[in-house]
Amino acid sequence: MNAHDSVSRRALLTGGLATGFLLAFHLPLRAAVNEPVQPRDATEGKFAPNAFIRIDETGHTVLMMPQVEMGQGTYTSISAVLAEELDADWSRVEVQHAPPNDKLYGNPTFGLQVTGNSNSIRAWWLPLRKAGATARAMLVQAAAAQWGVEPASCTASKGEVAHEASGRKLAYGALALAAQGQTPPKDVALKDPKDFVIIGQPLKRLDTPDKVNGKAVYGIDAILPGMKFATVAACPVFGGKVGKVDDSAAVKLPGVRKVVVLDDMVAVIGDHMWAAKKGLEALKIEWNEGPNAAITTKDVWDDLRKASQKDGAVAKSDGDIAKALASGDKFEAAYELPFLAHASMEPINATVHVKPDSCEIWTGTQIMTRVQSEAAKAAGLPVDKVIVNNHLLGGGFGRKLEPDMVIAAVKIAKQVDYPVKVVWTREEDIQHDVYRPVYRDQITASLVDGKVAGWKYKVAGSAVLARWLPPAFQKGIDIDAIDAAVDAPYDFANFHVEYVRAEPLSVPTGFWRGVGPNNNVFAVECAMDELARKAGKDPIEFRKSMLTKNPRMLAVLGQVAEESDWGEPLPPRVGRGVCVQPSFASFIATVVEAEIDDIGEIVLRRITSVVDTGIAVNPDTVKAQIEGGLIFGLTAALYGEITIDKGRVQQSNFHDYRMMRINETPKIDVIVVKSGEAPGGIGEAGVNAGPPALRNAILAATGVALRRLPIDRKLLAAGKKA
Amino acid sequence: MHMATVLTINGETKSFDAPPEMPLLWVLRDILGMTGTKFGCGIAQCGACTVHVDGKAVRSCVLPVSAVENRAITTIEHVGSTPAGAKVQKAWLDLEVIQCGYCQSGQIMSAAALLAATPNPDDSDIDAAMAGNICRCGTYVRIREAVKQAANGRQS
Repeated sequence: MNAHDSVSRRALLTGGLATGFLLAFHLPLRAAVNEPVQPRDATEGKFAPNAFIRIDETGHTVLMMPQVEMGQGTYTSISAVLAEELDADWSRVEVQHAPPNDKLYGNPTFGLQVTGNSNSIRAWWLPLRKAGATARAMLVQAAAAQWGVEPASCTASKGEVAHEASGRKLAYGALALAAQGQTPPKDVALKDPKDFVIIGQPLKRLDTPDKVNGKAVYGIDAILPGMKFATVAACPVFGGKVGKVDDSAAVKLPGVRKVVVLDDMVAVIGDHMWAAKKGLEALKIEWNEGPNAAITTKDVWDDLRKASQKDGAVAKSDGDIAKALASGDKFEAAYELPFLAHASMEPINATVHVKPDSCEIWTGTQIMTRVQSEAAKAAGLPVDKVIVNNHLLGGGFGRKLEPDMVIAAVKIAKQVDYPVKVVWTREEDIQHDVYRPVYRDQITASLVDGKVAGWKYKVAGSAVLARWLPPAFQKGIDIDAIDAAVDAPYDFANFHVEYVRAEPLSVPTGFWRGVGPNNNVFAVECAMDELARKAGKDPIEFRKSMLTKNPRMLAVLGQVAEESDWGEPLPPRVGRGVCVQPSFASFIATVVEAEIDDIGEIVLRRITSVVDTGIAVNPDTVKAQIEGGLIFGLTAALYGEITIDKGRVQQSNFHDYRMMRINETPKIDVIVVKSGEAPGGIGEAGVNAGPPALRNAILAATGVALRRLPIDRKLLAAGKKA
Repeated sequence: MHMATVLTINGETKSFDAPPEMPLLWVLRDILGMTGTKFGCGIAQCGACTVHVDGKAVRSCVLPVSAVENRAITTIEHVGSTPAGAKVQKAWLDLEVIQCGYCQSGQIMSAAALLAATPNPDDSDIDAAMAGNICRCGTYVRIREAVKQAANGRQS
């Protein structure tokens, strides 16, 4: 995890062991052990002023990461925030996964050690700057004491304290022990952003060098001495249980070690994944499918459409909505979004070793402490007897905000005395996800003098938060599901938002990258385009006329119009669509240009996003997150839908749950504007932008106003009308 | 009992017991402990498991070990020692292609095989060679740029 050491500790370890095994043993062999135990947080003999900073006497600086790295670049950005105020030598910074500990590492927004909702930098921005600045002050105090000068007469830069008047300098390593004895200052001054030397630079990521050569270790790569491999089959119907299992053929297969029958799933443990898979295929399992065995997608939608007719809990109401909707030109539409699976490239997995008095876990999770407490329950052990070793995540996207894979792996590992790596097949991963909920969003609006006079927006869908963080679900309102509905960017004088909680029949729901704003931004921006057409106005001009109180949004919208050549002539059946979004405290305007061929197939031609995310800690990461987020969202718009038949998910792998590929990817320009505002969130935001901008491009190209995702090509063939 | 299987991987001879139909992916990961090659789908749909056999990119998740005896297998752990592989790795870092990185072993193997066969690929060559590799983080724009940079050796 250190970008700067040419040979990592792990490389030495694995290389050394591999050679040793090769020399010493005959076959079969296992040539490597991947970090069986991660380095524990070690503070002895170091300057360790808080939970985040460890400087040893050589100046080597370890930063403990309270948030997890799943591709969003947060290890580098968090390090930059700490190192900036610490005035650390960036080339000597190494990052380490923090252990589970809500008190030390709980995300200040959640009070839990959670990585999600694009708030790693937003939540930690001030606490980590203070941690860095306090540590720096203690190092300066230590140097000043040694020199007999005033701390205020000293400066710090790149891991050194200097006293310019006398020309003396001391490196942080040489000051480490003395600094540890210093009293931390109570109120430490933070830098003026204009003095930043690390934040705002296009920093090279700390985690990527090991990702080009196979050395990076994800949870699925954990290897322990004596470990076996398992894979699972869960009851295909949600809520169903295992009935009878005939394992007579499976246990005879070479390499199959054990069949483990749990309440709702069966696992086969083998010498390798292949043996486990073959063993699983050889089982005869009868399921008790339970009460959900007849449910279909149609049932789910009938239910949601019915529920969405009810009045919802009022989340926000400004002005007189009834009066405003009674006059003017009236508009009504409902927008519907399907179930989606996460499909992280790293299928869900966990490696567990249960011993009589302890349980150790190797996995990649977005919820360190919850995994620890849930594993403790499953193992029947006190929480402090459960060790969680976190890893890099091969994508998270919200799937790894759930502990289910760890709980199952603990239950399996309890049946044996050796460590077991449990890996879900792609089919099991897709069919036993917690799904992005189906949503039905209804918007009723009135137009007076070409502007929106009244805006009533009702969101109906699952309350993920009510399950995931019950105290956050208050007065019948899921604040995630309506996040960007109440936070609409426009000047709507009469503005009303309601929420109807509607849990889909049998299908478990969860957070999915882009979260609540995915449904809100889609509905709002689709409706705004339809309203612009009704008013006979250009979609960007129409929006601008209602962004007079939102200068940051107005600015990015104006800039994206220029950068995307908005208004320039286009060939037939080619259109540009726009989306503006206020989500995650970032201000983003996006234009998608797309061509719709005669049979309704879509070719993406060009995408332009202008992003004001406040201070961009690592501007290249901001750019990368928008590029990737756009593709994540457009993948859903173009292809994403999980359907249910006989209570089962019908999709199983990438052939029927399609992903965008490189040949479908257009040129993407992301412009990050300079800003002095506090940083916004960025990991989720790009996902929100793609679907409405593409849908609006289709509207411009064909006149067809789609109101459901994924895009139905049948509605777009030449000659079709809205 | 079957005979021990012998493979040449990254220039080294490896001998182990495995059923002949066992896919190379699981031999690499679960028997030899070479975890740089990734499991993504198991049906040759995503490319995360891509390795080189005699220099060509293949999906190891559907490739029985019996089919690759006496062939030269190269994995992500060793591709940096080939000229094309080293250029691709450098371009990937120069342009910061990578996000979560899980698919990138496969992406890099596909790109290195492309460049070894087609030193100056155009966009359609890149699409044809790389369309079998899914990246859920959506790094495709940078992958395309990095392949081009690796091809013409431009410095960033």
